[in-house]
Amino acid sequence: MFKIIKREEMAEGTVVLNEVEAPKIARKAKPGQFVILKANEEGERIPLTMAETDPENGTITIVYMIVGKSTALFKTLQVGDSYQDVIGPLGKPTEIEKIGNVVCVGGGTGIAVMHPITRALKEGGNHITAIVGSRTKDLLILEEKMKQASHELLICTDDGSYGREGFVTEALKDVLDKGDTQMVVAIGPVPMMKFVSKMTAEYGVKTIVSLNPIMVDGTGMCGGCRVTVNGQTKFACVDGPEFDGHKVDYDELMLRLQAYCEDEKRCYDDFCLLKPEYAR
Amino acid sequence: MAEKAVKAKKEKIPRQPMPEQEPQVRARNFEEVPLGYTPETAMEEAKRCLQCKKPACIAGCPVEVDIPGFIKLIKEGDFTASIRNLWSKNSLPAVCGRVCPQEIQCEVVCIVGKKGDPVAIGNLERFAADYERAHGSGALPPRAKLTGKKVAVVGSGPSGLTVAGDLIAKGHEVTVLEAFHKPGGVLVYGIPEFRLPKEIVFQEVNFLERQGVKVECNAVVGRTVSLDELFVEEGYDAVYIGVGAGLPRFLNIPGENLIGILSANEYLTRANLMKAYMFPEVDTPIPRGKNVIVLGAGNVTMDSARTARRLGADKVRVVYRRSRDEMPARTAEIHHAEEEGIEFFLLTNPTKYLGNEQGRLTGMVCLKMELGEPDDSGRRRPVPIQGSEFELECDLCIVAVGSGANPLLTQSTPDMQLNNWGYIEADPETGKTTKKGVWAGGDIVTGAATVILAMGAGRKAADSIHQYLTWGW
Ligand SMILES: Cc1cc2nc3c(=O)[nH]c(=O)nc-3n(C[C@H](O)[C@H](O)[C@H](O)COP(=O)(O)OP(=O)(O)OC[C@H]3O[C@@H](n4cnc5c(N)ncnc54)[C@H](O)[C@@H]3O)c2cc1C
Ligand code: SF4
Ligand code: FES
Repeated sequence: MFKIIKREEMAEGTVVLNEVEAPKIARKAKPGQFVILKANEEGERIPLTMAETDPENGTITIVYMIVGKSTALFKTLQVGDSYQDVIGPLGKPTEIEKIGNVVCVGGGTGIAVMHPITRALKEGGNHITAIVGSRTKDLLILEEKMKQASHELLICTDDGSYGREGFVTEALKDVLDKGDTQMVVAIGPVPMMKFVSKMTAEYGVKTIVSLNPIMVDGTGMCGGCRVTVNGQTKFACVDGPEFDGHKVDYDELMLRLQAYCEDEKRCYDDFCLLKPEYAR
Repeated sequence: MAEKAVKAKKEKIPRQPMPEQEPQVRARNFEEVPLGYTPETAMEEAKRCLQCKKPACIAGCPVEVDIPGFIKLIKEGDFTASIRNLWSKNSLPAVCGRVCPQEIQCEVVCIVGKKGDPVAIGNLERFAADYERAHGSGALPPRAKLTGKKVAVVGSGPSGLTVAGDLIAKGHEVTVLEAFHKPGGVLVYGIPEFRLPKEIVFQEVNFLERQGVKVECNAVVGRTVSLDELFVEEGYDAVYIGVGAGLPRFLNIPGENLIGILSANEYLTRANLMKAYMFPEVDTPIPRGKNVIVLGAGNVTMDSARTARRLGADKVRVVYRRSRDEMPARTAEIHHAEEEGIEFFLLTNPTKYLGNEQGRLTGMVCLKMELGEPDDSGRRRPVPIQGSEFELECDLCIVAVGSGANPLLTQSTPDMQLNNWGYIEADPETGKTTKKGVWAGGDIVTGAATVILAMGAGRKAADSIHQYLTWGW
């Protein structure tokens, strides 16, 4: 059992942060790696990239958005409750090198995943411009942490309620126009990563993205997480989750993420009937 | 004269049929298909054994179970002594009685089978184990004096469980590390409930735990902890690697990433480990195809096809590039599949998958094959017939064409030698790898094989590990 020792709701309750006791994982985990969590006996195995790890206290932190039954079920867990299973750390860590000027683009809960990577890149001697985006001001998460992890933080909201109005790609374009960016890291919804990669390809700037396909085991055993990168099939759980953003087939990934959409909806609707207070 | 009469009478007993769920009924449920012998049928069947002086059956068994011995005890009604006899060679008889390919091991060479049907050795083994589970005392086997030595067993499949059982009895401290959230390996995530009830596997694991084996799930060796750390940080004296052959093979033909194409590993893991056939009572979904194609011809193929049938498919077809004679599945499974209305498209090889705009599978293009010269495996090589392309419709395709070596653990241990296919090099007699203090066995050494071979390798390695812990490398 993996006990929750801290719980925070963010973005008007649509996003939840859990700090979970998992000493073995905390000791090993590096930025960019993920865990698989299962709430209870009947639960589904859900992969989430770690937002923070604390080897001394033996805890890991995950941040998830309520998108379906399983995350709604996670949301019911309070401080003192436990996840039945947490497996990790899985996937390859981010390669942290001194490259120069790096732009870190985060959207939605991708910001939480981006945070430890941003911090590590900064500690690795890079100059960091962070760009974070959300639909509206109240949905933006981890602003303060991202500010500390970067040298410069640019905020975008789709509706202009905070920071600059528009998508992260518009802010990114301005930064790229300066011509001194060596690398971009983009983590967020698939369409965001797709458009960021499209733009950086035009500028010829190396781009890393972190993919989140449907997974089962997370150890390369099932192939459910396959993605096409550079025309070749890769297993995101062991070959990734990070890939060269210019080579990923995003359209295929978006389709594959829809594989169980009807089942998921049914399962979620049933759950909401039972526990309306936990619906998104 | 009197003797002759007895003999004639003996020959008359027919092989006792295994009672089974009716095909139409079982094709819609996940309960076990064969129902098991009653004590009466078991004793009747046991009478058919001739108690050969030089039993061919024992030689045919990879772990040399004393077959006439345990059968004689069944005949005499001493079921407790019978299971004791079985246990001395085979720690998982309830599993082996159900899943071993007896028709190519012990039963194929049984003397009684020379004229008529062989003794139902598998069914009797299963009976003895099931009787013990239902009526036995559950008493623990004796344990040798504690040695203070610590052994880590990586992987909780049949191979790892055998090592754990043998070494705990010899007085060592044993911890099994399993990547999944439940122990049992293929017995739990691969082989379906209707062929091997999971309850049996959990009871076997529980039996080991009661003897003192520690089972640690969610431990991915190579990620959560490395092989070297097991020695250096966790203080183990020896490590056994029985991680199986967990790398799904695909055909690498166009369209393979369409929605509706799953590896058998994924499909069966969802169905068995995650119990997705109970969705939405459990949270893991599984695609329920109406028109399903399963590629391959092994046990995994039959298990996938029969699972698809039980999940409500109207049509399930097995597509295989060779002919019936080369199908590697157990005869009983092919037979059960046919009874359940599964069709076979033999000498047929897919070349391309077809899909719609939503990225979902709609069918596949196949080529007809014919058999040519024998290949390395001794089986006749299938060669395509030019211009024989045709289309098959389907909305779900399960790829069950074999598996390879999963590199997750092995890639992080450069000092352990692998063969060209990525399997671990281990001494066939002892299971020793090229890395000191490390043994390996089961599918990760041999490639996908059988439960009993994985167990046999585990037994030999356990002996060798015990020697090492007593005398040194
Ligand atoms: C669907 C199916 C049906 C089959 N039917 C039959 C049959 O009827 N008869 C028969 O004899 N054989 C059958 N087989 C084959 C048989 O199951 C295998 O040969 C046997 O299970 C191999 O045993 P093993 O102990 O080597 O590995 P496995 O049973 O594969 O167990 C390996 C375990 O190690 C774990 N593991 C892997 N990597 C790590 C890691 N890095 N750290 C920790 N743990 C790890 C895995 O999660 C798994 O639980 C079947 C196989 C399948 C897939
Ligand atoms: S070969 Fe057949 S008849 Fe002879 S001992 Fe074995 S099971 Fe009995
Ligand atoms: S999640 Fe199963 S192989 Fe990646």
